[in-house]
Amino acid sequence: MTTHPSDHEDLMTLRCAIVGSGNIGTDLLSKLLRSPVLEPTAMVGIDPVSEGLARARDAGLDASPDGPDWLFDRADEFDLVFEATSAGVHRANAPRYQAAGLQVIDLTPARLGPLVVPPVNGEDHLDAPNVNLITCGGQATTPMVHAVSRVVAVPYAEIVSSVSSVSAGPGTRQNIDEFTRTTSAALVEVGGARHGKAIMVLNPADPPILMRNTVFCALPEGYDEAAVAASILAMEAQVQSYVPGYRLTAEPVFETEVYGTPGGVVPARVVILLEVEGAGDYFPPYAGNLDIMTAAAVGVGEAVATARTQRTPA
Amino acid sequence: MSAHETATDFRLIDSTLRDGSHAVSHRFSAEEVRRVVAGLDAAGVPVIEVTHGDGMGGSSFNYGFSHTPETDLLKVAVETATQATIAVLFVPGIGVKDDLRQAADLGVGMARVATHCTEADIAEQHIALTKELGMEAIGFLMMAHMILPEALAEQARKMASYGADVVYVTDSAGAMTVDDFKRRVAAVKGAVDVGVGVHAHNNLSLAVANSLGALEEGATNVDGCATGLGAGAGNCSTEILVATSDKLGLRTGVDTFAMMDAAEECVRPLRPEMGVIDRDGLMLGYAGVYGSFLLHARKAAQRYGVQTRDILVELGRRGMVGGQEDMIIDVALALRDGRVEA
Repeated sequence: MTTHPSDHEDLMTLRCAIVGSGNIGTDLLSKLLRSPVLEPTAMVGIDPVSEGLARARDAGLDASPDGPDWLFDRADEFDLVFEATSAGVHRANAPRYQAAGLQVIDLTPARLGPLVVPPVNGEDHLDAPNVNLITCGGQATTPMVHAVSRVVAVPYAEIVSSVSSVSAGPGTRQNIDEFTRTTSAALVEVGGARHGKAIMVLNPADPPILMRNTVFCALPEGYDEAAVAASILAMEAQVQSYVPGYRLTAEPVFETEVYGTPGGVVPARVVILLEVEGAGDYFPPYAGNLDIMTAAAVGVGEAVATARTQRTPA
Repeated sequence: MSAHETATDFRLIDSTLRDGSHAVSHRFSAEEVRRVVAGLDAAGVPVIEVTHGDGMGGSSFNYGFSHTPETDLLKVAVETATQATIAVLFVPGIGVKDDLRQAADLGVGMARVATHCTEADIAEQHIALTKELGMEAIGFLMMAHMILPEALAEQARKMASYGADVVYVTDSAGAMTVDDFKRRVAAVKGAVDVGVGVHAHNNLSLAVANSLGALEEGATNVDGCATGLGAGAGNCSTEILVATSDKLGLRTGVDTFAMMDAAEECVRPLRPEMGVIDRDGLMLGYAGVYGSFLLHARKAAQRYGVQTRDILVELGRRGMVGGQEDMIIDVALALRDGRVEA
C-alpha cells in the first residue's frame, strides 16, 4: 500500500485540496504535510474562525472560508481532492468535482464511489473518479471481517464502534444513520460477510476513551479455529503498518452457542476486540477514529500518485 | 386538550414489552405480546411500548437476537390494542431512519428517541422524522444520573428544540436517590415548555418513590413495567405505581384491580422471580452501571470464570454507557487474564 522511500524521487507529486476544516480535515492536514508525494496546497471551509483554517494558513496553504465555490473557481490548480465534510455536503459537491475533472477521496459516509479499505482492496479503484473510505468504524473493522472470511464463510458479521464524544464533530453527529448503513454495506461488499450490521456508540467519559471496535463474525459448522485466529493476527500486523496504534486487546475468543443470526443459525462466533490509539496529530491519541480514517486517506492518495506516475510516460 | 388528558394527573407509559425484553433476553413471542397488550389495554393503560430492549434494530450479537422479528410483534400489538397507543423505542446508532418509517406504517403512534444524556444532538434528525411521520416524539435522556441537573436541563432544551413533545429523565442505572431524581426533574421542568417524563429502575428499591417524587416536581409522564419486568433489578412496577397513585388520589385513568390482574396473570408467569433485588442488581444501582448489562455480564462471568460483580464494577470504573455491551467480554477477559484487578 505505502510507497517505499527510495521510490519517491521518481513519483509525481499531487497537489491536494482538503474540503472541510473540522476534526477530520485538520488531522488529515497534519499527515499530508508529512507525505513525500501528496502536497496539500489548499484547505476550504465555511467557518472563517475555524482552527483548521488557521492551521492551514500557518502551514502556508491557501485557506478559504468560502466553501467549495472557491475551489471550483480554480479547479485546474489541483490534482486530488479530499472531502472531509458530511455525507450531505459531499453529495452536493460530487457532481461538480466530476464536471471539473477532479478525482476525489471521500472521507464522509456518502458512499457514492467504490468502498475502499487499504489492506483489503486499496489497489483496486485507483482510477475511479470518486472513492469512498466508508467510516472510521468501517476502516477499523472491515479488515478483520475480511481476515475471517478469507479462511471460512461468514454468514453474518456485526461490529460495534465506540468513540469519545469530544472526537465526534457536528458532521459525524449528523451522519449517524449514514455511518451505520455505509459501515454495514462495507462488511458485506469489502469484508466478504453475507450479511452485515454496524452499531455506533458515543461515549462522553472524561478522560476520553480510546476508540474501541468489536467485531463479531458468525462461524459455520466445521470452522478451523487456528486458521481463523492466525488470519486475524496477520491482519492486525498489516493494519499496524499504517496505523501503529491499532491492536487487539485480547486474543480472539471463540464462543460456542446457538445463534439465530440474519445469515442463519450458527454454532459459534468469533469475537475480535480492538482498540485504536491515534498518532496524536491533531487530536490527542484517544481519537484513533480520526487517525485510522486519515491514515487510510493518505495511503489511498499515495497509491493514486503511484498509479498516475506509472500511467504517465517518462 | 383531549378529554382523556384532562381526566388524569399524569400519563402512564407501560414498557413491559420493551424494557421487559431485557429481562427475557429478547425472547418475547407474538402470543405473549398479544396477551400482555390485551391485559394492559383492558386495564386502561394509555401507551404501551413494544420493541427489542435496545430499540428498533436492536436484534444483534451485541444485545441478543430477537425471538420474533419486532415488526411482527408490533403488528400484533397494534391489532390487539383497542384504546392504547403503541410506542417504540429508537436509539440513533442502533436503529436507522427506515425503522421509524416502518413503525409509522404499522400504526405505531409514538417514538421515543433515546440518547446517552450528554448526546442529545445525535437525535435531531430522528425526532424531526418522527414528527414528520405523524407520530408523537419523546426525547429520552438515558443514564441521567451521570450529569448534573443543569447540564441535563441543557440537553433537554436541545431535544425540545428539535420538536420533542416530551423530554424524559431516564435513570437507566437505577442509581438515583429521591433527591437526585427530584432535582433533575425540577431542572428539566424549568428549562422546557414541553412535558417532562421519568423512567425509573428499582436497583436501589426506589423506583416507585422516585416516580412519585418526580410527580411532586411536575412530571407529566411516568413509565412503568408490569411486575417491574425490565433491565437490572427491574423497573418502576406499573401495578404498584397505579395502586399507590390511587391511594394518593392521583388519577391515572388505569383501573387498579385490572392492572393488578394484568401484572399477575399476563406478566408474572414470564419471569416469576422478577422484583427480587439480588446482589448484582443492587450493585448496578450502587455503581451506576447500565441496567441491561446485567444478564450479559452474568453470562460472560460464567463463561470466563470470573465474578459478575467484578465485571460490573470495572464497567462502571471505565465509564461505559448504554450500548457498549461488547465491553463486557473485554472486561471479563481482562479479569481472567489478570490485566485488571478484581
